Amino acid sequence: MSGWRTHSGPAVGLDQHGIDTDQLIPARFMSTPRTEGYGRFLLHDQRFEEGRPIPGHPLNTADAEDARFLIARRDFGVGSSREAAVYALVDFGIRAVIAPSFGDIFAANAVNNALAPLRVSEAAAESLLSLTGTGATELHVDLTATHMNAGQEKIAFALDDHWRTKIINGWDDIDLTGKHQGAIAAYREADMVRRPWAVVARGA
Amino acid sequence: MTAPRTLYQKIWDAHVIHTREDGADLLWVDRHLVHEGSHHAFARLAERGLRVAEPGLTTGVADHYVPTRGTPASEAIGRMIATLRENCARHGIRFFGQRDPRQGIVHVVGPEQGLTLPGLTMVCGDSHTSTHGALGAIAFGIGATEVAHVLATQTIWQKPARSLRLTFDGALGPGITAKDMALHWIARLGSGGAQGHAVEYAGSAVRALSMEGRLTLCNLSIEGGARCGMVAPDDTTFAYLEGRSFVPDGPHWEAAREAWSDLPSDADAAFDRDVTIDAAEIEPTVTWGTSPEDALPIGATVPDPDRAATDRRDHIARALDYMGLSAGRPLSGTPIDQVFIGSCTNARIEDLREAASVLAGRVAKVPGLVSPGSALVKQVAEQEGLDRVFRDAGLTWVEAGCSMCVGMNGDIVPPGKRCASTTNRNFRGRQGPGARTHLMSPAMVAAAAVTGELTDVRFLLTGRAA
Ligand code: SF4
Repeated sequence: MSGWRTHSGPAVGLDQHGIDTDQLIPARFMSTPRTEGYGRFLLHDQRFEEGRPIPGHPLNTADAEDARFLIARRDFGVGSSREAAVYALVDFGIRAVIAPSFGDIFAANAVNNALAPLRVSEAAAESLLSLTGTGATELHVDLTATHMNAGQEKIAFALDDHWRTKIINGWDDIDLTGKHQGAIAAYREADMVRRPWAVVARGA
Repeated sequence: MTAPRTLYQKIWDAHVIHTREDGADLLWVDRHLVHEGSHHAFARLAERGLRVAEPGLTTGVADHYVPTRGTPASEAIGRMIATLRENCARHGIRFFGQRDPRQGIVHVVGPEQGLTLPGLTMVCGDSHTSTHGALGAIAFGIGATEVAHVLATQTIWQKPARSLRLTFDGALGPGITAKDMALHWIARLGSGGAQGHAVEYAGSAVRALSMEGRLTLCNLSIEGGARCGMVAPDDTTFAYLEGRSFVPDGPHWEAAREAWSDLPSDADAAFDRDVTIDAAEIEPTVTWGTSPEDALPIGATVPDPDRAATDRRDHIARALDYMGLSAGRPLSGTPIDQVFIGSCTNARIEDLREAASVLAGRVAKVPGLVSPGSALVKQVAEQEGLDRVFRDAGLTWVEAGCSMCVGMNGDIVPPGKRCASTTNRNFRGRQGPGARTHLMSPAMVAAAAVTGELTDVRFLLTGRAA
């Protein structure tokens, strides 16, 4: 996975709160191999009716085709732990989601795929949403900064420091954990003595 | 003297391998459950040529895609189950597949087989992993990248959650269940109300719950945004576990019992937040909207967006539009098209008994599906004759799996149809595109089946054991 530090591009707005992961990608698409691309499934049932794009949906406009950022209201990505919700956003081209709050599992999944969950105040989300309206607005995000730029406006965002580092470097936890192998093995050995009952019994 | 600690802290502390400078801990994982959705994670492992670190601590269960009737609905669905079977075989992981007597919904199977134990850390690539906390474990859902990490290392990076104690004082009224307790607190605190918190359920009404009830309560923790939900282990827990397949026996059982009795939160342990709820105030609760927080007592009326708080207006209006409901009308009496009894929330034996007690000797006015939570639950239910009650009432009795909770196997609610459901999510399209879901307890679903509309089950319980 490749990391990133800055991105500029169109931001589209979804004036909804509590966009859950079942909406981000309906369950029926999740048996698809990732190699086939998940972008077309993003918010599928909001965007399409009987296979045809619903006109007026912010993700169906010409502006949305090159969208790099998505702005929404609070509780973005609540619900199911499906990482496919992140795949759909990433494959659509989105690099950061900007909202007042996120579902915990979604946010962790996002970071693992270099999708930045950027937290902003309710007021900032409000003003960004009014900037985009049903179209798009240009945003510039530098992850090493504390503000993003929308034209002349500067908007503060929050991102956990470790997450910031992970996204910038495109790091993967399996690599990071590798260097703790000795500590893991030592824990395992001591734990076998301390809690012999915790290993899985044979089962009938 | 060590400082007083909560149940969560005690388990957490016992699992820390390493603490990173930013405060995240590398935790040992005692149990890892995988289901069909793990295909992305296994693919990542394969890409890197990695092996599963601890196959013995890992269990595969087919649930999300298993057909509840006959053969898989499509080739793609069949392939999902086959892929899980192959991945488990390749890595030497125990696998409960279709037609295995131990198969069922992963969160029903874990406790039922005794894989879930007090004091453990457990993860699964599924948000309702919070269910297992009912036995006094730290159990939470993770995404595919994290599943791959746990497969490869048997560890996970986590920052400790803040703590929230939800105390249910007093006793529940007749006909009121753990499902009502859960919907009640989620409606009160909101679907993000417990975000970033580990919830410990406490109080006399929680102590009085059976293991099944506690599992239901913890299952829904995630719908309030919590990282996990827990109940301190007690005699109810130990009695439930003793003798189950994967529970330690002999001297290990004795050692475990001793370790477990130290787990409950110390009397003076501090919680970041404390919320107290009077159990007696809880009524049969149903959802009217498209988020589990959109829940009200059955005697209430559909909320009016124009009278709601400004930040709720838009959500309520959109939800009512999707649900085909008009503001101000009583919830009770809303006609339904079908019912579903199933899912990791409410498809354990006690749930089926509860629904059957309402349905016995009655006929459903609408069609419906009853999918037991596991093959074992199905077997016990059939021994007790519950399948007959459901069939005689006109409902369809099928095999165990996630079924209509999420519709991955093809069991879906048709567009625009209204379903009274014992499941956990009433999100748009959750039970199928355009499906309208009302969440409620098994008894309330049974009542809705009998009357063909949302109904206060208490009217149907007169002279019956609730
Ligand atoms: S029953 Fe529903 S909520 Fe539970 S694991 Fe299956 S799909 Fe998820």
